[in-house]
Amino acid sequence: MATVVQERLFGKAIKRREDPRFITGRGQYVDDVKLPGMTYAAFVRSPHAHARIRRIDTSGALKHPGVVAVFTGKDMAGVNSLPCGWDLRKEKNIPGVVQDLAMVPHMPLTADVARHVGDPVAVVIAESQAAAVDAVDRVKVDWEPLPSVTVTDRAARSGAPQIHTGAPGNVAFKWEIGDRSATDAAFKGAATTVKKRILNQRLVANAMEPRACIARFDTATGELTLWVTSQNPHVHRLLMCAFVLGIPEHKVRVIAPDVGGGFGSKIFLYNEEVVCSWVARQLKRPVRWTATRREAYLTDAHGRDHVTDAELALGRDGKILGLRVKTTANLGAYLSTFAPAIPTFLYGTLLNGVYTIGAIHCEVTGVFTNTTAVDAYRGAGRPEACYVLERIVEAGARALGMDVAELRKKNFIPKFSGAFQTLVAVSYDSGDYAAAFDRLLQMLNYRKFRAEQEAARKQGRLLGIGFSTYIEACSIAPSKLVGALGAGAGLYESAKVRVHPTGGVTVYTGSHSHGQGHETTFAQLVADELQIPIEQVEIVHGDTGAIPFGMGTYGSRSASVGGTAILMSLNKIKEKGKRIAAHLLEASANDIEYVNGQFQVKGVPSKAVPFGAVSLTAYVPHKYPDNLEPGLEETSFYDPSNFCFPFGAHACVVEVDRDTGAVQIQRYLAVDDVGKVINPMIVDGMVHGGIAQGVGQALCEGAVYDEGSGQLVTGSMMDYALPKADMLPLYETDRTVTPTPVNPMGIKGAGETGTIAATPTVVNAVIDALAPLGVDHIEAMPLTSERVWKAIQAAKAKR
Amino acid sequence: MYPAAFDYHAPKNVKEALGLLGKLKDDAKILAGGHSLIPMMKLRLAQPKHLIDLGKVPGLSGIKADGKALAIGAMTTHWEIESSSAVKSKLPVLAEVASVIGDPAVRNKGTIGGSLAHADPAADWPAAMIALGAEMVCEGPKGKRKVGVDQWFLGLMATALKERELLAQVRVPLLPAGSGAAYMKFPHPASRFAVVGVCAAVTLDKQGVCTKAGVGVTGAGTKAVRAKGVEAALVGKRLDPAAIEAAAQKAADGVDVQADLQGSVEYKSHLCRVFAKRAITEAVKRAGA
Ligand SMILES: Cc1cc2nc3c(=O)[nH]c(=O)nc-3n(C[C@H](O)[C@H](O)[C@H](O)COP(=O)(O)OP(=O)(O)OC[C@H]3O[C@@H](n4cnc5c(N)ncnc54)[C@H](O)[C@@H]3O)c2cc1C
Repeated sequence: MATVVQERLFGKAIKRREDPRFITGRGQYVDDVKLPGMTYAAFVRSPHAHARIRRIDTSGALKHPGVVAVFTGKDMAGVNSLPCGWDLRKEKNIPGVVQDLAMVPHMPLTADVARHVGDPVAVVIAESQAAAVDAVDRVKVDWEPLPSVTVTDRAARSGAPQIHTGAPGNVAFKWEIGDRSATDAAFKGAATTVKKRILNQRLVANAMEPRACIARFDTATGELTLWVTSQNPHVHRLLMCAFVLGIPEHKVRVIAPDVGGGFGSKIFLYNEEVVCSWVARQLKRPVRWTATRREAYLTDAHGRDHVTDAELALGRDGKILGLRVKTTANLGAYLSTFAPAIPTFLYGTLLNGVYTIGAIHCEVTGVFTNTTAVDAYRGAGRPEACYVLERIVEAGARALGMDVAELRKKNFIPKFSGAFQTLVAVSYDSGDYAAAFDRLLQMLNYRKFRAEQEAARKQGRLLGIGFSTYIEACSIAPSKLVGALGAGAGLYESAKVRVHPTGGVTVYTGSHSHGQGHETTFAQLVADELQIPIEQVEIVHGDTGAIPFGMGTYGSRSASVGGTAILMSLNKIKEKGKRIAAHLLEASANDIEYVNGQFQVKGVPSKAVPFGAVSLTAYVPHKYPDNLEPGLEETSFYDPSNFCFPFGAHACVVEVDRDTGAVQIQRYLAVDDVGKVINPMIVDGMVHGGIAQGVGQALCEGAVYDEGSGQLVTGSMMDYALPKADMLPLYETDRTVTPTPVNPMGIKGAGETGTIAATPTVVNAVIDALAPLGVDHIEAMPLTSERVWKAIQAAKAKR
Repeated sequence: MYPAAFDYHAPKNVKEALGLLGKLKDDAKILAGGHSLIPMMKLRLAQPKHLIDLGKVPGLSGIKADGKALAIGAMTTHWEIESSSAVKSKLPVLAEVASVIGDPAVRNKGTIGGSLAHADPAADWPAAMIALGAEMVCEGPKGKRKVGVDQWFLGLMATALKERELLAQVRVPLLPAGSGAAYMKFPHPASRFAVVGVCAAVTLDKQGVCTKAGVGVTGAGTKAVRAKGVEAALVGKRLDPAAIEAAAQKAADGVDVQADLQGSVEYKSHLCRVFAKRAITEAVKRAGA
């Protein structure tokens, strides 16, 4: 029998199969779903950062033409608080807890006090979106404004306005990691120590598609269907059913169709989704809500917002002896779904970086403020850790008078595979940190650059170079481990592979693609394993009605965790196929191998049955083994044994305009090691986009609250500066490949690396440019032109 | 984001438009490119009950040159100005200004008349109109009247346009021989409006002495202003770097500089000086060419 050898697609930069529908406007987003009898929701939101609700008068709104109903928090009695899915309590034996997490309530519609601008207090349901929005203005809320606090390091000061009765002094929790006394000792023995205050400003995720949901209650079946912009529809269902509405899970179907980006902000369960689901059951009519961009700014979970004091102890030889970190993390007004995990287990555990460090101690205080809730945003805790470490290492090198590249090289953890136990709980999987850095220096031509820089400085030009190495913990995560750390969920992934009678394959994955390209990369895996054309493969995601279960997409886990689950199911398919083929070939299943798209007697390609014949036989089991079930469909759940730890090194060359402080990026170089790569084009895209976001944080992005009023000043794209294409050079990128031993494909994860590395890289470059003027640090990001200019002026004044 | 309900009118000529303006008064707003008005309506900062769209009124757009000036219809888009051959040959600085407004979508819809009527403190056109000494041609129930640019901008988003008038045309005088003009802008990192923008136009005699100077500053204050001190310091001087530097030092004088997220009063005043120097330097270079 003639066999066609199918080209291996793993590692091939094939074009994204989903793009034609996106770029021709044929995607199906939540807002594209139209249902008969649909009503529209619009929310009445607090204009105040902090205010007591004396009374809400809905009578005017109810008279507005087209209005169907108006509900307030009082009407929703019996509905529970939105849950926080991460517990930090001593009694649960969660490591590092110094002060228990204050589990403050977060009601879908607050009935007593509004705690941030945009906090929803009522919902108007109308026959049209326009009527709903108009009627919002006719709901009269009698407010008693209260003093507010928005600034991270003022929230816990005495005299600050109290936000929750259950959280005295606005402290949400206190947590620590590492060894305090060993760290104290390391500082005592140090030749040089440096201390810096390092601010990591608040960011807004800015997904291209704003959040949206449609809830429909079927009175015939008693089933609720929720279409929602979610990165993890099963988690949405679980949280809403089990914790908030008390509806049994089998009566709820959550569909997250095409979703236009998330960056973390669409992981969480939000007020609006709960309210619409509840209203749909009350009214027995579908309810739709789509956020305006302004609502997105005010209510999508924000990211970062840390104030840190970091100290580094160094030996005379440049060895890192100790790292001491004290961080205050702003959690906003309420606990978002995974908020407590981000500044703790996804932050403190990464402070070892890629370096051998003598001792580490880190303390974190989470605080409540009158701001939008803060949760995971691309990188989630890891960018904050990397920023602290790479800024303080850089400052240490300058204090010692040692070259910044040299100091890093001296401290790299040597190459290893299997396990490197850090001082902050986690154990790395595999790494060759020096190799990535050396490759970067080579691409950069570092020596030559320093010479050019010297010449430029003589002409008065402010040219600088910045580096950052990084470590990232992804492929989240072993369920047992995260459970021990306080997670309310397991973090495995599921995959069901269904082979149809005629040989087509549908994969039902619990991962969710909202830009990542799963429909392409996962199909590449299937095509390779089954050696069938990729056109025969369909990837289905985002529907709890179709997919067994799923933990969704975040923490760069889709390929490594979701992909491995698919691989496991494919192996099961092949095993079953062997038994069917063995029967047809009158051989023993142990003697069958799967080669080039056919099941054959080992080493005898002429004695073979093609894949299609086996799949048909599975469904038309006339000639079929006894004791074997018909059908060809397998489900697997994969729970990884460890995180995976991608790493890399980035560099950036900038020039600063001395007159204005404006920063121009001239070169940006990245060497990433994300393990094995399924589709290099998609990974490049991830790296490119991530760098842009990291540059955005370094130079222009930042959510700013007015201190007096607590208003979000950067509440639109006219004020909040996202990075633009003309700010960015053509990236120079490369990869080293250190496969992870954690999963069979050796894949680590690539979704967040750029975001983690780019921010310190750019900031270090600006500081390097300003170094001849005597600037060695700028506390706050973004490095706006004014901040840079002021740093120059301050340095000049000192001389 | 949904605007409040409004009625839409599409008059076929200026007379009809003026009739509607007279009838509907305060409840009506003129709609040009919509790139300032509609965002405000979506945020419900503006809630006009009627929109009078000038899009179908003939004769309000286009660029005509006579011997002395470019006559630009109020409805002429930024892109039409940026790409106009008449502009490029007769007053290229206008194309330069147009080219740095927003992005291509904004430039394809937004109009010069809309910008000047709206008088956003961070808009780019006002600086150029001041530097070049433009005149606004307004049309109302009593006919046409001209308003010089120095009488036009009254304050934050306030102009000399009267209630029942519309802005029909902008007349921008051509520069005499030996002149050069330039626009330099420090863009807002998000919106790309001018944090500070300075337009300078200088005329030099055969000896290189400045005989005439126009300098407009936008962005920093509540309205665009003429930098009189700078102009006075330029005229009569040979514009070497030291003279330019000295003149530019006065660029923030008389500007009611406003602090905001983009900068303190100190920083924005400094930017006025930096961009005045850069614009004048470039204008002088172009005058010599
Ligand atoms: C994303 C974005 C970026 C931008 N960036 C810049 C920038 O960098 N620089 C810059 O200068 N501008 C910028 N703009 C503003 C843009 O140039 C506007 O288009 C312009 O300011 C207004 O012109 P318009 O034709 O859109 O006017 P409209 O929005 O239609 O009208 C604006 C106001 O003027 C009134 N009006 C309009 N025409 C007339 C008339 N003929 N007679 C009387 N009243 C009239 C209207 O009633 C309204 O009050 C930006 C806008 C956007 C949306």
